[in-house]
Amino acid sequence: MSSTFESIANIIAETCDIPRDSITPESHAINDLGIDSLDFLDIAFAIDKAFGIKLPLEQWTQEVSDGKATTDQYFVLKNLSARIDELVAAKGA
Amino acid sequence: MRLEYFQLIDRVVDLNLADRKISAEATVPTESTIFEGHFPGYPLMPGVLLIEAMAQTSGWLVVAANRFARMPFLASVKDAKMRTFVMPGQVLTIESHLAHDGSGFAVMNAKIKRDTKAICDATLTLRVLDFPNPEMAAQMRANATRLGLNLEARADV
Repeated sequence: MSSTFESIANIIAETCDIPRDSITPESHAINDLGIDSLDFLDIAFAIDKAFGIKLPLEQWTQEVSDGKATTDQYFVLKNLSARIDELVAAKGA
Repeated sequence: MRLEYFQLIDRVVDLNLADRKISAEATVPTESTIFEGHFPGYPLMPGVLLIEAMAQTSGWLVVAANRFARMPFLASVKDAKMRTFVMPGQVLTIESHLAHDGSGFAVMNAKIKRDTKAICDATLTLRVLDFPNPEMAAQMRANATRLGLNLEARADV
């Protein structure tokens, strides 16, 4: 499994007090892990710090509200990991 | 401070957007109905209002950093420590630093001092949203003027 997934799984486990072994790449942060928007701010803060990026949460939320994206694209952890990798790559480009 | 109106700071003393810092001043009133209950015979500034003072000071930094386009709302308070009592009439300095400018949120490290003595400190998370209506945006601009935060006169805002 990617180191990005491992990192965000550890962040989620620590931030939200969720057992680490219950967090898988297929887990949906909201639907499966029950993370609410306030807890996700803490997760976003930790991810931003850990990866030196700024998760575009507002843009993602808007895209979901507008029907241009599904929550799965951003909040299933394997997909979130991929988005983070893209942001990190874009930052280094 | 006008506690009954939830005006917890008197004026913005310094705003440094480059360093993402703000400093404000507030004098605890000598009389307030709040002191009738907190506490009878021993008036103390409530800790929750000290937290609000830190939140309001932090909020003005976020408002200025967003050029009055967006409004911060208190979302979480972490590691709040009330280190000593605050009495009526005392003059407080409230400082805040924007530790992280996230997407739709800001993490602030705030503290209150009396002279050099540490009073309290906390890490605050503010949600940063569009103003719910133009009236609130206009009121915030009026409040900024009252606090001496003349943003229009600044080249960096």
